[in-house]
Amino acid sequence: MSDFPILSLVTFLPLVGALAILIIRGSEEVVARNARATALWTSLITFFLSLMLWTGFDRKSAAFQFVEKNPWIESFGINYHMGVDGISVLFVLLSTLLTPICVLASWEAIKTRVKEYMIAFLILETLMVGMFCALDFVLFYIFFEGVLIPMFLIIGVWGGQRRVYAAFKFFLYTLTGSVLMLLAILAIYLQAGTMDIPTLLKYALPTDIQYWLWLAFFASFAVKVPMWPVHTWLPDAHVEAPTAGSVILAGVLLKMGAYGFLRFSVPMLPIATDIFTPMVFALSIIAVIYTSLVALVQLDMKKLIAYSSVAHMGFVTLGIFTLNQQGVTGAIYQMLSHGIVSAALFLCVGVIYDRMHTREIERYGGLAERMPVYAFFFMVFMLASVGLPGTGGFVGEILVLVGLFKVSTWAATLAATGVILGAAYMLWLYRRVIFGKLTKDDLKSIVDMNRREVAVFTPLLVLTILMGVYPGPFLEIIEVSVANLVDQHKIAMSAVNALSVAGQ
Amino acid sequence: MLSMNQLMPALPEIVLACSCMALLMLGVFRGDSSTRSVSWIAVLALVVVGVVLTSVQSGRMVAFGGQFIVDDFAHFMKWLIIIGSSLAIIMSINFNEQESIARFEYPVLILFATLGMFMMVSANDLISLYVGLELQSLSLYVVAAFRRDSLKSSEAGLKYFVLGALSSGMLLYGCSLIYGYAGTTSFEGLATLFKGLGGTGPSVGLVVGLVFLIAGLAFKVSAVPFHMWTPDVYEGAPTPVTAFFAVAPKIAAIALFIRVLTGPFGVLISEWQQVIVLISIASMVLGALAAIWQDNIKRLLAYSSIGHVGYALIGLAAGTEAGIRGILVYMAIYLAMNIGTFCCVLAMRRTGRMVEGISDLAGLSRNQPMLALALAILMFSMAGIPPLAGFFGKLYIFLAAIESGLYTLAIIGVLASVIGAYYYLRIIKIMYFDEPAEAFDRSISGEIKIILVGTTLFVTFFIIRPDIIVGGAGTAARMLLAG
Repeated sequence: MSDFPILSLVTFLPLVGALAILIIRGSEEVVARNARATALWTSLITFFLSLMLWTGFDRKSAAFQFVEKNPWIESFGINYHMGVDGISVLFVLLSTLLTPICVLASWEAIKTRVKEYMIAFLILETLMVGMFCALDFVLFYIFFEGVLIPMFLIIGVWGGQRRVYAAFKFFLYTLTGSVLMLLAILAIYLQAGTMDIPTLLKYALPTDIQYWLWLAFFASFAVKVPMWPVHTWLPDAHVEAPTAGSVILAGVLLKMGAYGFLRFSVPMLPIATDIFTPMVFALSIIAVIYTSLVALVQLDMKKLIAYSSVAHMGFVTLGIFTLNQQGVTGAIYQMLSHGIVSAALFLCVGVIYDRMHTREIERYGGLAERMPVYAFFFMVFMLASVGLPGTGGFVGEILVLVGLFKVSTWAATLAATGVILGAAYMLWLYRRVIFGKLTKDDLKSIVDMNRREVAVFTPLLVLTILMGVYPGPFLEIIEVSVANLVDQHKIAMSAVNALSVAGQ
Repeated sequence: MLSMNQLMPALPEIVLACSCMALLMLGVFRGDSSTRSVSWIAVLALVVVGVVLTSVQSGRMVAFGGQFIVDDFAHFMKWLIIIGSSLAIIMSINFNEQESIARFEYPVLILFATLGMFMMVSANDLISLYVGLELQSLSLYVVAAFRRDSLKSSEAGLKYFVLGALSSGMLLYGCSLIYGYAGTTSFEGLATLFKGLGGTGPSVGLVVGLVFLIAGLAFKVSAVPFHMWTPDVYEGAPTPVTAFFAVAPKIAAIALFIRVLTGPFGVLISEWQQVIVLISIASMVLGALAAIWQDNIKRLLAYSSIGHVGYALIGLAAGTEAGIRGILVYMAIYLAMNIGTFCCVLAMRRTGRMVEGISDLAGLSRNQPMLALALAILMFSMAGIPPLAGFFGKLYIFLAAIESGLYTLAIIGVLASVIGAYYYLRIIKIMYFDEPAEAFDRSISGEIKIILVGTTLFVTFFIIRPDIIVGGAGTAARMLLAG
């Protein structure tokens, strides 16, 4: 069992599916049908395979598991090194879960160039999963930045009106951050002589270069998260991307930045992390409050949810930098629940967009009359986004706030106002779209969700509730690795403090 | 007296020179009807030269009284040049017939240029350096203007000639100053001399000579501020010639640049490093910015190549083994990317005529999805996005820069690559996001298809075993610096 290359299989199976789709020939209709089916089956099989990670994962160990290591670029000392720990394993599952959902959600929405679309999504899945599994810096970087290619095409080819602008903005913003991180990675390599992440996690980098490296990493991850003030690409990208693109963007790609903080910035650069924590807190709190306020005045549903994503990711960065057990666990939990909930919310928008071809809030109202099932699903996800107890959103938020309260009362107080604002804009959105009288003529013939759409939402709904009422199994996986992360940080800091005391 | 043994290191060059002359005679006797066969024989000759190169070469050898040197570095570069030249000939065969400029002189001139490049790569003396450079340049001037009845092509040739002659003059002036102050033209002599200087720096005359030498070489690699000829020549010259210009002469000139600066002038790195840093930054930034406004694909590629040279020069500025290895890897990948891209440019024909506007690519992904896919892969690679080969080229270059402490240069470099990414993305945008324009003729010849597929596969799958190239480049770099 231990030799079975499960991670490689989960990572590269979608790529095989993509190649299979590439060779499909025939009339356009046949190609589209086969491409859809191939993509769905590939991603479903990948998902079920990835469930082996869930069952086989040793919850008591903070070490990397399912490790595979093969020499790759020997002249550089780079290995093909894959493995997951409690921090990353659930993100792998999140990626493999969301991909089939995306494929299914695009079943009818995407009518042109279906073949290319499905290929792009499968490649994207390979890159996302690979990024969370990579235990070598270069390997990580390749997956991390490679994501830009399919996402650029997804936004640019199948996006809305201003898709070109959005695609370029997305690509160039992210690339700018990434290349600076690349330099930091090279600097770490020259300092430590290895690209191996587990080795580097134990390596103490000199204090004076930590600051620079931290800032370079920050440039990359802050754009990806995205943190205020470099978040402006996200609303554009979300609005223009096709529904499934938004789902993946909000569900997984935003988590890459936060994952980077957890995997690299915090454990490898503890001293710099300590110094820059107040800055991260300040930026995150601005993000939480400011983007919530911006969300209140949005006229476009997708844009509203995009801004709410920025606010929620603000909670995540707050949680990560509390550097205590509750805060970090909460941050990871929040990422997972946000991954599911925001994905579902974008799908909710997609459902009515497919029918009415508009995302303007103004154009809707009273949908509950014609679409009760839809109203129910939307309600659950809306409440989960607000953080209602009993949904996944609550657990993450409360843990982050508890952790934050331990560190800074002020920060916790300010962040908590974000929760209230979150309730305000989400409930208001729901009221305007679902409740009220159904007066608009073109809505009078709107039909409720079909079976395919229900099938898309059901797993997400189950997970949202499950994560809300029974978080145990998820926390169990996260806890040990987080405890290890927090302890390591404490040890590193006490070593520094001991040194400075000795110096005095 | 020269014995056969002393000639052995230069055997590939001798074979090449003989085939040039034989083909020239064949062409003269048979006339233009023989162009096709002369072309294929020229390719065959290059393959034979490659075989000879592999069989002769081992270790470091000098010939002709130390004027000529063979080592792993030369070996690596010569391989790249052979690939570049032979592909350029193959690409031209059908093109020249379609454009009715098929003349047997073309492959012969390319072979002469290749011979010149071989000499440049193996130069171990200022005199042989100049001889090689001129043999190459003179052939290139002619092929640039190969389409005689086209105003643009003639203009390209003339521009290239005038500016090229100027730069040769500067280079020669630099050489004579160096000779005047050092008393020797041999690289080994110069190296010994500079090593013996100890604490006292070189005389001002030598430094001025060095600067002139660098200026001349910078012209040949089309680094800013000596790049002005590049866009015009690229645009005016027939497309296969442009493809050739973009790769082989550049690789040879970079090789020469590396050999001169790290060899005899290696100890004077503090004198030339800042110059290289400056032209590297200028090339990267100008290459990235100026390309944004280009509408002609060949002009765009000209600026792109200026930018690429800027990156390669980062490795030279580092002046270390890692830096040189980085350049070699970079040039190998650059060769594949450029040849592939020019194959795509050759496929841009409508109703039998070449079109070169970037907007002509509109909607190519619908009309010819495979061609669009190949060009998209090449463009992403040129932008340096992983997992494509172009990323690895940059990776090794920046590694060298960081290792040598050139942090500012590295940061400017990566930021310029982001700006550069914009115009590569623009091509992808036009192909994938825009509404289709009129389709291209489906007249891509088999050879072009094979080259395009080959280069695209190389660029895509480089990631699987990068060590095949990187290992060879590492050995070459080590041997160069050890000598």
